[in-house]
Amino acid sequence: MNGIVLKTEHLTMQFGGVVAVDDLNIEIPQGHITALIGPNGAGKTTAFNVVTGGYMPTNGRVVFHDKVIGENHPRSKMKKIYNGSDRTTFHHQVVNTPDKITRLGMARTFQNIRLFKELSVFENVLIAKHCRIKAGMLSATFRLNHVEERTMREQTQELLKTVGLADLAREKASSLPYGKQRRLEIARALATSPSLLLLDEPAAGMNPKETEELAQFIKDIKDSFNLTVFLIEHHMNLVMDISDKIYVLDYGKTIAMGTPKEVQNDPAVIRAYLGVEDE
Amino acid sequence: MRRSRNTVLSVISAGVFLAILYMLNLNRAGNGMLISIMQKSAIFALVAVSMNLLNGFTGLFSLGQAGFMSIGAYTTAILLIPVQSLDGVYYMNGINPGIRALKVFLSALPPWFQSVYPFVALIIGALFAAVIASIVGVAVLRLKSDYLAIATLGLSEIIRALFSSPQLDGITNGSYGLNKIPAFPKMFGGLVPPIITPFIVSAVCITLIVLLIRSSYGRAFMAIREDEIAAEAMGISLFKHKSMSFIISSFFSALAGGMLAMYMRSIEAKTFSITLTYDILLIVVIGGIGSVTGSVLGAFLVTASKEWWLRFFDQPLELFGWDVPLFRTGFRMVIFSILLMMVVLIYRRGLMGTNEFSWDRIFGRFKWKRKKVQGGGS
Repeated sequence: MNGIVLKTEHLTMQFGGVVAVDDLNIEIPQGHITALIGPNGAGKTTAFNVVTGGYMPTNGRVVFHDKVIGENHPRSKMKKIYNGSDRTTFHHQVVNTPDKITRLGMARTFQNIRLFKELSVFENVLIAKHCRIKAGMLSATFRLNHVEERTMREQTQELLKTVGLADLAREKASSLPYGKQRRLEIARALATSPSLLLLDEPAAGMNPKETEELAQFIKDIKDSFNLTVFLIEHHMNLVMDISDKIYVLDYGKTIAMGTPKEVQNDPAVIRAYLGVEDE
Repeated sequence: MRRSRNTVLSVISAGVFLAILYMLNLNRAGNGMLISIMQKSAIFALVAVSMNLLNGFTGLFSLGQAGFMSIGAYTTAILLIPVQSLDGVYYMNGINPGIRALKVFLSALPPWFQSVYPFVALIIGALFAAVIASIVGVAVLRLKSDYLAIATLGLSEIIRALFSSPQLDGITNGSYGLNKIPAFPKMFGGLVPPIITPFIVSAVCITLIVLLIRSSYGRAFMAIREDEIAAEAMGISLFKHKSMSFIISSFFSALAGGMLAMYMRSIEAKTFSITLTYDILLIVVIGGIGSVTGSVLGAFLVTASKEWWLRFFDQPLELFGWDVPLFRTGFRMVIFSILLMMVVLIYRRGLMGTNEFSWDRIFGRFKWKRKKVQGGGS
């Protein structure tokens, strides 16, 4: 299966007069690691939030496994109107809440770690398994789903072993060192059994050695869980090392895209990162 | 090994508690005060635990408990007042003929139904509150933190005002309230005497809540408490789980409200004013927000010290022929408030924090600190 997992068409997000994401067109093929980079405030996280259902796009649509999961096309509200390549396809709104999108198979991590701090590592991962639960509330209360419950616990244990957090299972999430918290957040996202994993700056605040480990970790989980990965990152080493394709955003606009090598030598990218040279 | 020891200890202590209750039942004469305080504590323990489910485990700061209690109390009371007392109760405005007809019909049902009828009435009251909660929840649960608290507080006041309004005279008897409500029934054909019934009902309900909290859904509630955005990103539907918690909490609050009606034998809308919610909130906070055993412990401690242990401060006291001026009626509430402040200052997060009572902790008191750092686990 080598289809397109995630596609955005003319995705635009506007907050008042600020166009945070401007006509973003992304295609993420199955099994690839795709990165979204750009200077601070370029609109990368906003793009993520639109894709995962946090915001409704001002215009454009998000297609996940050939299913439209977010779509909007207002004809008058926008300062800048995109009608799309095919006017007729944009005619209705599709709004999904983040939890529905997660259940469709898209899991994410956050830029500033958002763990369930007071709960144990084990519980953090176990909770993420809840979205796949089949038992209703009553049968769960009366333990009629004890087989399912046991499977959930076993899978959680298995997953913790895979990501190397098994010996910390009973620790409180907030007591873990920073790098491990990042890892736990990824493990928690994996527990929702996603087909696409979105990582929002997974290497933020990590030293070079940790970053290197993380790169290996992302490659490992991609292979072992048969994932497609979409990440935002600032660490150029990490991005250049693991990505198959890179999109560069600046002030909401896509200024470049291509393989790491192409992007590295793109004059527009160099200008955005190093500033404009005086002419 | 350790687990079986804990089970044995729990069973033994529950047995001892039951034995004490049965002893009290045999020696009712001198222990009226003790029995009534313990019954009230048991009822409040249930309300506190149901409030804790919402406030402590789901992180929804709701102050509507008294409103839902009053729904349960009124429904149960109307269903339970004997037909022959109806005219006496509704002496001012008369009773709605529909309700009278319903009650006459119900009282003609066979004896086996009459013996379970009080419990049916409790459950009907609770279901009624749950239905109201599910309707109101759609609107109210969009709000967060303080705003939710204000909205639910308003809701409970609206319910109270409705119940005491003259338009509902034929049903709730308006501002006169309802009386002649039958006391607790016996259970299992007399195996459980009336005095012990509230303890059994509370215990069963609290067990159900604990089972829910420990299930996957309970964990989802805690996830929402910890971080809504992350919980939603993990596929937990916020609205579904919040309303679930809200409805269940209302259900059990109303059930406890029905028991309160049986306990007090007469209710009026004023009983369910904001102060009642605050009393329960107090129990939850003192016991520890997010701890079921804390709420139960808090219910017994707060009720006992408020109604019983501190009584002696209300009596005039003579020390060496000197009449201490402070010891007058109402002084116990001053002492009570001071004690509360001390408890809150010493135990910042309530008596139990977010921990639960466990035998391991009792035996390993010295490891207390270390365990706290490691966190509760499951």
